[in-house]
Amino acid sequence: MDLFIEQLMNGLAIGAIYALITSGLSLIYGILRILHVAHAGIYTIGAYVGLGVYSMTGNLLFAILASMAVCSILGILVERIVYSPLLKFPPYVPLIASIALLLGIEEVMRLIAGPQIHGFPVSLPLATIRVGNISLSSALVMVYIVSIVIFFVLWIITSKTDLGLAMRAVSQDMSIASAMGINSRQIVSLTFAIGSSIAAIAGILVGIYFNQVYPTMGAVPAYKTLALIVVGGLGSVPGAILASLLLGIAETLLIGYANIPFPRDALAFVAMILVLMIRPEGLLGNIKKKI
Amino acid sequence: MDSYIITIGIFIAINSIVVSGLNIIVGYAGQISLGHAAFFGIGAYTAAILATKAGLSFWLSLPVVIVITGTIGLLMGLPSLRVREDFLAITTIGINFIVEAFFMYVPFFGGALGIGGIPRIEFFGTPLHGFAFLVLCLVFLVIALFISWWFTKAWCGLACFTLRDDEVAASTIGVSPVKFKLLAFVIGTAMAGIGGALYAHYMRFISASDFGFPVSVMMLSMLVVGGMGTVWGPILGAAILGILPEVFRPLIDYRMLLYATLLLLVIRLQPGGILGDNGFVKSRLKAFSRGGKNEK
Repeated sequence: MDLFIEQLMNGLAIGAIYALITSGLSLIYGILRILHVAHAGIYTIGAYVGLGVYSMTGNLLFAILASMAVCSILGILVERIVYSPLLKFPPYVPLIASIALLLGIEEVMRLIAGPQIHGFPVSLPLATIRVGNISLSSALVMVYIVSIVIFFVLWIITSKTDLGLAMRAVSQDMSIASAMGINSRQIVSLTFAIGSSIAAIAGILVGIYFNQVYPTMGAVPAYKTLALIVVGGLGSVPGAILASLLLGIAETLLIGYANIPFPRDALAFVAMILVLMIRPEGLLGNIKKKI
Repeated sequence: MDSYIITIGIFIAINSIVVSGLNIIVGYAGQISLGHAAFFGIGAYTAAILATKAGLSFWLSLPVVIVITGTIGLLMGLPSLRVREDFLAITTIGINFIVEAFFMYVPFFGGALGIGGIPRIEFFGTPLHGFAFLVLCLVFLVIALFISWWFTKAWCGLACFTLRDDEVAASTIGVSPVKFKLLAFVIGTAMAGIGGALYAHYMRFISASDFGFPVSVMMLSMLVVGGMGTVWGPILGAAILGILPEVFRPLIDYRMLLYATLLLLVIRLQPGGILGDNGFVKSRLKAFSRGGKNEK
């Protein structure tokens, strides 16, 4: 039973990390209707910048802030330079551009930092929590705290502020939102900045949690998170977070308990195809007419 | 001829066949597919298993390969009736990952070790390799091109174009979306299957990772770079993306970066493909065809 609870907590942490990546992706899909595969590239860069700044300064908070800043600027640049001229073309055109961008980012990181796996040695100012026989490592606790804070901030931004209202207006209809006096371009850029800075945090958390930073760390999340935003309902951030948490737990329990030779990375896609066949709008989605 | 050049030629020819199949699904019928490598793989595995376990020759197994990949293509085309565009793109990515995992984890398909010892193709008793194999691939390529060309002229092709441009309008004038989308999937995936069979018999060893999602991306890239919905686009795309990595071989460490950069540049600057409607080839040629028939 103790082992089961530990597995569950690990699964929840992995799910929370997926949710951090997916929430940014879902925000961006909601506003531009683009499958931003290169989001996982931004996440990789976030992990590297965080690791680099941390090993130079030794200050984790500073590393996180620096990484968020770099990634938001990169996110805005990607939107301005690559996506915005391609919006009038069929959706596969920005998708292929995005895949090429992800490949390019992986290669640049490999050439700069080398193909090897870097560790992320951090001494966290958090204690290991013990309840009975269950112990939760400090990295695990940090993943929980950071992701709860981020989801709370994201919820405040999207549902309680004028910015959130403007984001929702732009995601419903960009031209009408512009006619109502909203600066749509600025909102799109801000959405990319917010999504990319969350991806940067996710990158650093993954680096610390698994103690691994490597060039292709974004390859599997890149496509798995696409499946997750479909399962959650395209464009629905709460749905994406729920789907991510469920997948994290399901994957961990599947590896821990079921003895079937089933690859964990395909689970997300099986879930996705089932959801599309049974409930195409996703767990919490409401985009019905687009399907 | 140099065997190095022949090998590159064989890969370009096989890729052209497979990408022509993709062109029928994506370029003609407008159904985005990012899982084409799965069908390439199904064709290759079917041919490999028939050759190694049942001892069938390439010529006898070819019809079986076509029927099997076409049937699975029909099944995999079913999601396209229910979901479209972004959803279809993600679904086909999912299908690719699941098929790859299936080959990787089911012991019958050789598991992680793949299938080895696939015999060469024999033609009246002589095993084909080198230049003769290239000729065989080119023969199949000509057939694939002919099907692509015929598709642009035949009624079923025109029906697919209508579907691609406006599905609602097409169904009001009596073009059945179900029938023609599935037809495009069956023909397109069967062509991928033929390419897969040729690949299996040429490589003589296949494993699941040869048919992973990156291969699907490469095939769609070839199609987009060459020009979607054109007969010659797939060949141009396969040739460009097949030759470039070889040209960059001296820059071995920067190869993938250059590849990614070029792909990004082409898609950013020529989103319709080099032979596409707004591509630079067409706009250059327009200068010479003043007042001529405006071909679309």
